[in-house]
Amino acid sequence: MSKRKKNIKLFEKEIVITALKQSFVKLNPVTMLKNPVMFTVLIGTIIMAVVSFLALSGSGGSLGTPGYDLAITILLFITVLFANFAEAIAEARGKAQAESLRKTREITPAKLIDSNGDITVVNSSSLKKGDVFVAEAGDLIAADGEIIEGLASIDESAITGESAPVIREAETDKSSVIGGTKVLSDKVHVLVTSNPGESFLDKMIALVEGASRQKTPNEIALTILLAGFTIVFLLVTVTLKPFADYAHTVITVAALISLFVCLIPTTIGGLLSAIGIAGMDRALRANIIAKSGKAVETAGDIDVVLLDKTGTITIGNRKATNFYMSNGVDNNVLIRSALLSSISDSTPEGKSIVELAEKNNIKVSESDLKNAKFIKFTAETRMSGVDLPDGTQIRKGSWDAVKKWSVNSNGNVQSLEKVINEISQKGGTPLAVAVNKVVVGAIQLEDIIKPGIKERFERLRKMGVKTVMVTGDNPLTAKFIADAAGVDDFIAEAKPEDKMRYIKEEQKNGKLVAMMGDGTNDAPALAQADVAVAMNTGTQAAKEAANMVDLDSDPTKLLEVIEIGKQLLITRGNITTFSIANDVAKYFAIIPAMFMVAIPGFQTLNIMRLATPESAILSAVIFNAIIIPLLIPLALRGVKYKPLGATAMLRRNLLIYGFGGLITPFIGIKLIDIIVRLFV
Amino acid sequence: MNNEIIGVIITFLLTVLIAIPLGKYMSKIFKDEKVFTDFFAPIERFIFRISRINPDEPMDWKQNMKAMVLLNLVFFFWALILLLIQQWHFWNPAHIGNMEPTLAFNTAASFVSNTNLQHYSGETGASYFSQLLIMVFLQYVSAATGIAALALLFKGLVQKQTSNLGNFYNLFLKTCTRILLPVSTVIAILLLLNGCPVTFNGPQDVHTLEGKIIKAATGPVAPMIAIKQLGTNGGGFFGANSAHPFESPNYITNMIEVISELIIAIGLVFAFGYYSGKKKLAYTIFGAMAFVFITFVSLNIKWETGGNPVINKLGIYQSNTSNMEGKEVRFGAPASSYFSIVTTSTSCGAVNSAHDSFMPLSGGLIITDMMINAIFGGVGVGFLNFFVFLIIAVFISGLMVGRTPEFLGKKIEAREVKIAILVALLHPLLILAGTGISSFLAAHNPDTGWFTNPGYHGFSEMLYEFSSASANNGSEFAGLSANVPFWNIFDGLIMLFSRFLPIIGPVAIAGFIAQKKYIPESAGTLKTEGMTFGIVLLGVVIIIAALSFFPALALGPIAEHFLL
Amino acid sequence: MKTLKNILGLHFSTVILFGLCYPLFIWGIGLLFPSEANGLPLMKDGNIIGFENEGQKFTDPKYFWGRPSASDYDANANSGGTNLGPTNPALLDAVKSRLDTLLKYNPKVNKSDIPIEMITSSGSGLDPHVSPQGAYFQVPRIAGVRHLDENALRKLITANIEKPLFGLFGTERVNVLKLNLALDKYDHK
Repeated sequence: MSKRKKNIKLFEKEIVITALKQSFVKLNPVTMLKNPVMFTVLIGTIIMAVVSFLALSGSGGSLGTPGYDLAITILLFITVLFANFAEAIAEARGKAQAESLRKTREITPAKLIDSNGDITVVNSSSLKKGDVFVAEAGDLIAADGEIIEGLASIDESAITGESAPVIREAETDKSSVIGGTKVLSDKVHVLVTSNPGESFLDKMIALVEGASRQKTPNEIALTILLAGFTIVFLLVTVTLKPFADYAHTVITVAALISLFVCLIPTTIGGLLSAIGIAGMDRALRANIIAKSGKAVETAGDIDVVLLDKTGTITIGNRKATNFYMSNGVDNNVLIRSALLSSISDSTPEGKSIVELAEKNNIKVSESDLKNAKFIKFTAETRMSGVDLPDGTQIRKGSWDAVKKWSVNSNGNVQSLEKVINEISQKGGTPLAVAVNKVVVGAIQLEDIIKPGIKERFERLRKMGVKTVMVTGDNPLTAKFIADAAGVDDFIAEAKPEDKMRYIKEEQKNGKLVAMMGDGTNDAPALAQADVAVAMNTGTQAAKEAANMVDLDSDPTKLLEVIEIGKQLLITRGNITTFSIANDVAKYFAIIPAMFMVAIPGFQTLNIMRLATPESAILSAVIFNAIIIPLLIPLALRGVKYKPLGATAMLRRNLLIYGFGGLITPFIGIKLIDIIVRLFV
Repeated sequence: MNNEIIGVIITFLLTVLIAIPLGKYMSKIFKDEKVFTDFFAPIERFIFRISRINPDEPMDWKQNMKAMVLLNLVFFFWALILLLIQQWHFWNPAHIGNMEPTLAFNTAASFVSNTNLQHYSGETGASYFSQLLIMVFLQYVSAATGIAALALLFKGLVQKQTSNLGNFYNLFLKTCTRILLPVSTVIAILLLLNGCPVTFNGPQDVHTLEGKIIKAATGPVAPMIAIKQLGTNGGGFFGANSAHPFESPNYITNMIEVISELIIAIGLVFAFGYYSGKKKLAYTIFGAMAFVFITFVSLNIKWETGGNPVINKLGIYQSNTSNMEGKEVRFGAPASSYFSIVTTSTSCGAVNSAHDSFMPLSGGLIITDMMINAIFGGVGVGFLNFFVFLIIAVFISGLMVGRTPEFLGKKIEAREVKIAILVALLHPLLILAGTGISSFLAAHNPDTGWFTNPGYHGFSEMLYEFSSASANNGSEFAGLSANVPFWNIFDGLIMLFSRFLPIIGPVAIAGFIAQKKYIPESAGTLKTEGMTFGIVLLGVVIIIAALSFFPALALGPIAEHFLL
Repeated sequence: MKTLKNILGLHFSTVILFGLCYPLFIWGIGLLFPSEANGLPLMKDGNIIGFENEGQKFTDPKYFWGRPSASDYDANANSGGTNLGPTNPALLDAVKSRLDTLLKYNPKVNKSDIPIEMITSSGSGLDPHVSPQGAYFQVPRIAGVRHLDENALRKLITANIEKPLFGLFGTERVNVLKLNLALDKYDHK
């Protein structure tokens, strides 16, 4: 698959400029209120500004010196800007991503069919839900919709990056078209399915732009936790004033506010929304349109995944892998007969038989087939074949049908019966071949399991996700393939209702189920599933019922979605841990600095040996500010997800982000102090 | 000295050895299974009949909490009214007068909340009638309230999609009759045999060797000491509490008392394992608690046996330089240190030495212990407090592994986290705001007369007072003259808030959890047990407690330490 | 209304059961052990001369002295310690003045013979014990006042040392009241 190049560099110039502008726009207190942690920093900045001003008029004590106060004020202001910048850059990147999609839906002319059946050319933007327009070869599809008449080959590369044209046809499961794609041949009538600005793509763009971004339940819970920490530390700082008064120790307002800002979880507070937006953005990058952030997050919690066998686990079609002759039949006769009967069979199975025969160096010349009469497969006969001019009749098909036809076979039947059974047991599909009503042998058709899929399932198993294969095959074949592919369970001879039943059963046990689907008959199951990804090629009904749409219509995409969801949560969790673990070092920087003058013994606690109380506090505040932009790449790219067991992963992340969060600021603050010392 | 430390270690091991079977027994009680104490059943049935209670009636968390609050309200008014009319009590041989109203309020709040902060002195402030029908009674029922609330939580955690948490009345009464009554009877008899008095004769005349005649207070001491220790109440019969020779005549009684403080608190951790079938989780919780506990005990013993350099510099006898100010010779410094950590870990608050005279850092340590208030903790409530930390730890570690957090197969969502955070915040809020207000007053009115000790130590006294009140501990840096309306009312309110909100919060969480779907474990489920989770758990406990109190501790104990 | 009945019923039955029946039951058992139930009093001529475990005030030079007491050994009110903090200047003053007093009454004794518990006040104010050294250093004074042999006195103390149970539980200590009773008895002979 040739994916459209979608990787925007982390700090592209244009994006950075937009984000910088936005960081100031976001200073609007109403916007800031949404982020309680950073809002308090803004308040702190304002207070410090006032204090700096008062200090100018020359009062010492808790007001401090004007220069120092001003430095703190500026640093706090920068902290707020950094946090805004993090959010803005995530949004800008998302927007840029969306923009590249939006380009495809620039205003195009649309051939609207009005109520009289006349065609008028209108602007695509004026199309409403329920309108019908015509699209012919060379036209751009004007809006998302469903083909109600005709069939066409369509180039969807603008949306999906897939260069091969796809066929879209009315009244099939592949009737859906996307605005902005190009009709290559034929002519179709398309029913518009959404009003302008309400298509999935529009919704998604709005989502990454933050306009309608709703916080997910986990994000809400985390915001509460962070708000809680903020309140505690507010109290810690505010009460320190009377404590110090009692102890006859003077603490400057600047020190108090610095302590407060350093203690509250500004790092995660500043990056929280950026992480959420980046998660959506990553989904979009994978060509997934999610209807909500919640859907992406839920994907991380999935316990059970329902996967269609065909296309997901196995390569679309079965392949011929072996020939088995009946007793006393020459190998070449069988292969030649098989080849002759398949040469004009355009089904993938037929083609694979031809390939296999050619591999065995058996060829037929044009002349052999002159005037041959090909017999098409019908549901009634369940055989196909060829009648050669010399009167030879060759048939291949299901064992039952061929057996019935081959009335002259005699003893051959029993021996072949055994072979046929063996093929079935090994998960293959046997095709019997008969010449002139005598069975000559069988062809083994096998499902080819996609390379690498087994490892993928192993990865899922390590994440604790159960994989379930859905197939129309009989249980015997299904089991064989299930074992070979390494899925945990399978539904054989599946009807759409079976999927539904399975999902409900799992949900009753508290499991979260994900599935992918395309057909209208999948819609109820899609609606029932917790995470439902509809293929873009699927019907409108399927897309409506799903909470995500995969533009690539790649059945293995589900696995990627799950990892994106997990990554989102992990990034949030680990930056939170990092942020809070930082507090220890900040205490060791600020508390000695606050009391060292009044109680010299506190020098013992200055384990970083920071130069002066002022430089200690400045260094802590600077560290607190710059850690935000330093972590932006991590927030945007996400913490790498490794499929380890949960406990192993916790241990690993605890070591990196917990222990790392404990140590890093000690080093960082010390280094900053060395530099600050040069200036103060 | 070494043998004294080994004595402490053996005491702790004995405690755990007793706690394990006790935990199993308690879990059976909570499950209404057959136990050997079923001979109490007729009494319980009789009480339920006359109270018209159907002990089998299923109640949801709100009904249970309503019952709990109303019952405690009745207890509170019973105590308040009787203390206000104390001088007319029978069983008042020392003719003790009425309590002043704010003191009565404080005392009633204190005993109802299992705190047992005493702004009066037992010898001169309470009649025998008060000691038994108010103090001993409340020591029973307040302990049972906490344990029964925890039993509701246990049930909530294992329930699947139902609102039924069990019946508070049933759990409450059975906790009293099946757990507290038998065990404290045994303890009381052991104390009695060691010379802890039980008499109604009032103060005795003593003809001393030097020829004076003095009075010596006695009373029905043994039964009170037993339940005071077992129920982690801590309110003593005498002012000196367990340092008093009649409350704890010798080292063995000291051991019995310190063991009884801990057995239910530790037993309940194991009871949780038996009850939920998650023994490994119980061991993890026990391990995390024991880690903090043992660290605190070790440090405290180190600092106390190290003694006071200022005094040791005077050139006295050097073979024992422990800090003996405020300690009893028969216990020695190590056992006193151990007792101080046990009493502040659990919300007991009984003391066998004067905490105010501890070295600055060991004093700071026992304050920190109360600030955490969940290392074993008060009976029932200790685990409830720890549960709050557990929920926060589960939430954070769930995010760290990329899954919506689960605990015991139930998803932990915004609502649960919200309640947990509010409850976890309450404790620092009350302590810091309280200390802030009193510091403000003290700084602006230097003549309050509150403090025995000047400077940073005076600050520590206030910090201790609020920590103790908010942790429902009840011990004091007794140098603070707290029997004034300001402290009586302020402490009283804090004790009530910090008692009931942290019970209602976790039980509400349990109520919500009970209604959730059960999700079976998969490979992706974070197992909330074992070393790694234990570390996260400790991290959460330390961060919430240590980080929010560090500046306050810096200005109190730590600043004082730097004066040495 | 129903809840109120439930609650009041439960309240009064638990008051009776635990506030009344429980302590009376223990009291009843105490009747079987009259000495223990009364706090192990020491009797002489029908009078209580003290309790085995309760310290008594000794200021007479002819007796062994106990530890300093915040309440001056008041056994009827305000038991407890001084509650002086470790850095409180008042504590250091008190300790120094106790040391001076001890040195004044025991002129033959060096500072380095006086153990810590003799200059620090106890937790209860009623501590009945001192360490063996706390008794030994007083020997010269008492021998002088009572005209007794120092070695005999030392033996008396050694005989009165209470050892830790199993060598593990407790401290080595001397009960001052019991020692003084033994001293009187020995001196009478």
